[in-house]
Amino acid sequence: MQLIVNITVLAAIYALLACGYVLIYRVSRVMNMAHGELAMLGAYLLYTTASLFVGHPATAIAAAVVLSLSVGVLVYLLLMRKMTGEMVLAAILTTIAIGILLRGLIVLIWSAAQQHPLQALKFSNPSIELVGGARISTCAALMVVMTILVYGGLFAFLRFGRWGVRLRAGGQNPLLAAQRGINLNAIYALAWGLSTLTGSIAGMLIALDSGLDQTMVVIGLKAFAPALVGGLDSLIGALAGAIIVAGAEVLAIHYIDPLLSDVVPFLVLIATLIVRPWGLFGTREELDRV
Amino acid sequence: MSRQPCASGYFRTGYEQDLALIATRLERRSLGVFVIALLAFPLIASPFQLDLACQVFLACIGSLSLMLLTGYAGQISLGHAGLIAAGAFTVGILFRETNAPFWITLPAAALVGALLGIIFGLPSLRLRGLYLAVSTLALHFVVIYLGGEYESRRGFSTGIVIDPPRLGSVSISDGRAWYFILLAAAATLLVCLNLLRARTGRAWRAIRAHETVAEALGIGIAGYKLLAFVISSAVTALAGALFAYYRGFVSVEAFSLFLTIQYLAMVIIGGMGSLLGALLGATFVTIFPYIIEIGLLALPGAQRYASLLFAVNYAAFGLVMILFLIFEPLGLVGIWRRIQSYFLLWPFRHRAASGSRR
Repeated sequence: MQLIVNITVLAAIYALLACGYVLIYRVSRVMNMAHGELAMLGAYLLYTTASLFVGHPATAIAAAVVLSLSVGVLVYLLLMRKMTGEMVLAAILTTIAIGILLRGLIVLIWSAAQQHPLQALKFSNPSIELVGGARISTCAALMVVMTILVYGGLFAFLRFGRWGVRLRAGGQNPLLAAQRGINLNAIYALAWGLSTLTGSIAGMLIALDSGLDQTMVVIGLKAFAPALVGGLDSLIGALAGAIIVAGAEVLAIHYIDPLLSDVVPFLVLIATLIVRPWGLFGTREELDRV
Repeated sequence: MSRQPCASGYFRTGYEQDLALIATRLERRSLGVFVIALLAFPLIASPFQLDLACQVFLACIGSLSLMLLTGYAGQISLGHAGLIAAGAFTVGILFRETNAPFWITLPAAALVGALLGIIFGLPSLRLRGLYLAVSTLALHFVVIYLGGEYESRRGFSTGIVIDPPRLGSVSISDGRAWYFILLAAAATLLVCLNLLRARTGRAWRAIRAHETVAEALGIGIAGYKLLAFVISSAVTALAGALFAYYRGFVSVEAFSLFLTIQYLAMVIIGGMGSLLGALLGATFVTIFPYIIEIGLLALPGAQRYASLLFAVNYAAFGLVMILFLIFEPLGLVGIWRRIQSYFLLWPFRHRAASGSRR
């Protein structure tokens, strides 16, 4: 029973992070290697706002959310916009470079020591007893709920929202979309903003649950596996991929070797690339195949 | 090799001249001076400078091999640190388990690298661009995991200590290591140059430019792609092995993803598709942290910043990489060429319209 709970929580973390990869890839065909760092930045922003607005946790959280959204938009406007039309490698490398820069800046500003935004917000994190004797911490439960909310919101937004439809159109065919009067820069910026926002929410919740330090980058990188396993341009795929990867990881940790936890997502990823490179739900034509 | 004229008034009149490694008298003389300077370097340099220079040349070997793969054959790899780790661990394991001398461990490392190159390269037959990058990234983590597993299983949890290699009764360390590293770097450069001016290099460039066209021209895409991976990985593993001997210590912590990023940065900052770029990039990236350190310590209140050095390095490195990617995609080589053609063309400002770039 505890295993199922663990898988669910880990799947929620992965899903929440993976949808950021999917959003950016779907719209602009760029793989954002700085996603883990952006998520971490979101968590640190929450830590700062929490110590700024002492006693007003709602204000702190709202401020952090707004800030992280604008960070994403700014990253696109200032940097990634210049990389349109460049080689894949150059675009990937730019995101990597952004990641390194952020990591350095974060240590410079907030120091490398572990922080605890939970205390800063004056929240407590009691564990909840579930049926069958399994336990789950409040933040982890919140994570699962949040994942469902975010995915619900994204589905609704992409399906019915005016900007959501534009987002999809821009991803499908940028040229036609631009000719129909859709502002491509705006939708790319929107995609980066949304992606950073969801990533930051994931980062904040992870930080609330288990403290905040540089290891979050690794989680961010591992979350790339679910995104690709499910298909890089499919949100449902990211969800399915998250469950598969989280399941494999938790089972491997439990039954084989805890050291495997950093490798299993990538093993699943390699297996997917060999068997079905476009992922479970990805569009086949999307893949630049040889 | 589609080079620019290297001196004013020098025009090639035959294919042999096009292929020649050293074209003009000035080049030959400056090369001679450079070699003598390198040979005499340990006599005048301080131990710190010598160490730095050794690191630069070790990095050169790694960056040259990555340049072959990414800059010429056009295959993106994010698994470079994994391959370096593989070479270093081959040396470490062979040394610990069988006490093998270096003339066995180095070829063994190259062999392991070549085998891994086939594994790393297989996805490239099906995948391209981003997906290839991801698959090599995944393999990086697998290699690192295996290395870590070996360390913890055999009780070397902090790392494997390797004695300096011996040639007969002479231990190769410190000052003597310099000549061996120099030899290795020169050999690598020569191998790369020869590969690139021959059929293989032309095939790689064709694949990079346009795969379908290359295939239509009768180039065996699969074979040449695999060859690129195999050669590059073997050289990379060799660089890792030399690195292990030079440091005398192997540990998985040294081969993080950041190392891959550093090598990619060397290739990018140096300038894609140019061996000179690989060398310049390796030099720049290796020396960069020391420059930052000196600059930071020169500021008032230096002691306060000392603990932040690592973070400042990180941030500055990321910033420089971004700046190069956005403002100078051709890298240091681009700058170098611009300076060169300024002097070659002087007093004119512009080259004739055709073939102005590259």
